[in-house]
Amino acid sequence: MLMLRVRLFALLPLLAAGLATSVHATVLPEDRADVLWHRYSGGGVTIEGPSVLVRKGFAERVSISANYYVDMVSSASVDVMTTASPYEEKRTQYSVGADYVRGKTIYSLGYTNSDEPDYVADTAYGTISQDLFGDLTTITLGYQRGWNTVGKRGDPAFHPRTDTRNYQIGLSQIITKNLILGASYEAITDEGFLNNPYRSVRYVDPTSGTGFSFEAERYPRTHTSNAAAVRARYHLPMRAAVYGEYRFYTDTWKVRGHTAQIGYTYPWKDDWLFDVNYRYYTQTQADFYSDLFPRQNFANFLARDKELSTFKSHAIGLEASYRFLKKNWYYLHEGTVNLHWDIMRFDYDNFRNIPAGGPPGQEPLYGFTANVTQVFFSFWF
Amino acid sequence: MRMLRALLLLLLALGAAACGHVEPWVKPYERDRLADPIMAWGRDPVSIAYLSHVRDAREGSRGASGAAGGGCGCN
Repeated sequence: MLMLRVRLFALLPLLAAGLATSVHATVLPEDRADVLWHRYSGGGVTIEGPSVLVRKGFAERVSISANYYVDMVSSASVDVMTTASPYEEKRTQYSVGADYVRGKTIYSLGYTNSDEPDYVADTAYGTISQDLFGDLTTITLGYQRGWNTVGKRGDPAFHPRTDTRNYQIGLSQIITKNLILGASYEAITDEGFLNNPYRSVRYVDPTSGTGFSFEAERYPRTHTSNAAAVRARYHLPMRAAVYGEYRFYTDTWKVRGHTAQIGYTYPWKDDWLFDVNYRYYTQTQADFYSDLFPRQNFANFLARDKELSTFKSHAIGLEASYRFLKKNWYYLHEGTVNLHWDIMRFDYDNFRNIPAGGPPGQEPLYGFTANVTQVFFSFWF
Repeated sequence: MRMLRALLLLLLALGAAACGHVEPWVKPYERDRLADPIMAWGRDPVSIAYLSHVRDAREGSRGASGAAGGGCGCN
């Protein structure tokens, strides 16, 4: 359940990124295979596993892609240590997609299944991407639909559902021979059982020895969000690029988020590529969030999910890529080995570290640092 | 509903404009720098999807994080 809120949205970025890798707007993405190992470690949580993505074109009209992805989770997070016991679980995700080009238009369809012991998600998407104005402009429209079933360990009768719909529009625009701009907007609506069946909120309880007790969290059954982003990439006079992005987010739970990122990409000699980037994120809390409610059943909706609290995050990303294969070798044209390392720092303004101890509501504020590592091989064929 | 109407109007306007002839102000032969792989919105889709997944799990915000759009038309 760790990834409850995530897995619903993992598809469109993959799709969009797949199309976006092509610098030729109405040319399908290149034939390519990626074999990646990922590892996240931070806040008492370790998640690692493989991801394999293969894309192959046929007759220059159709491109098929398939992705196999696994999260192996070992969690002793602050949430888990507060009200439950450390656990391990595995999530497996399969995705398939197809792109078809006709004239200046690319049509895409895809399907994803994600499965773990207490959560099953099925997602389908469709997009249309159209080039305009002498290929200076590309417009992309996307729609995604998700059907999810939530489970709960030890309770086979518990299987509520959630439905998700994503609506996306994107724009890519050439401004000068060195500058390209992008903009995107995405609305997402969820309906159904949206909270985590294992997570609890705490409330002041004078009858308890600790001064507080816990009860199950309760979320609204609907959630609608809007996000808009602008981004730019600029080719410097020497062979290097700078880029930046800003995203504004707002939703019906009153969470407001701002994301800003800048980066620098530079090749070295013929075969090396380096990237360094910085990302800042901040958000305000949901209107039904509290670290410590004044009493039991204080409101209709109750949350103590730190992802719905007020917090800030800083992240630095470093990437290195080396092209070790640049001449044809059997069916392969090119091969690279890549190392990506992201260091993320999260500091919460109103989520307290209960295991650290202290009077109720005066425990130290929680914060943690995470290391995210990706090692992968890419082959073009 | 208002949003949908605005979107339809935008698409109609773009469609109407596309029917007319717009002279590209950056010629195809001037797009070599834009075609450089370092200018791609997403060089490594498998990595972008993973990092997006990591962030979505830990942040309240979601959506509009993909590099939408097909690129620059640098043929």
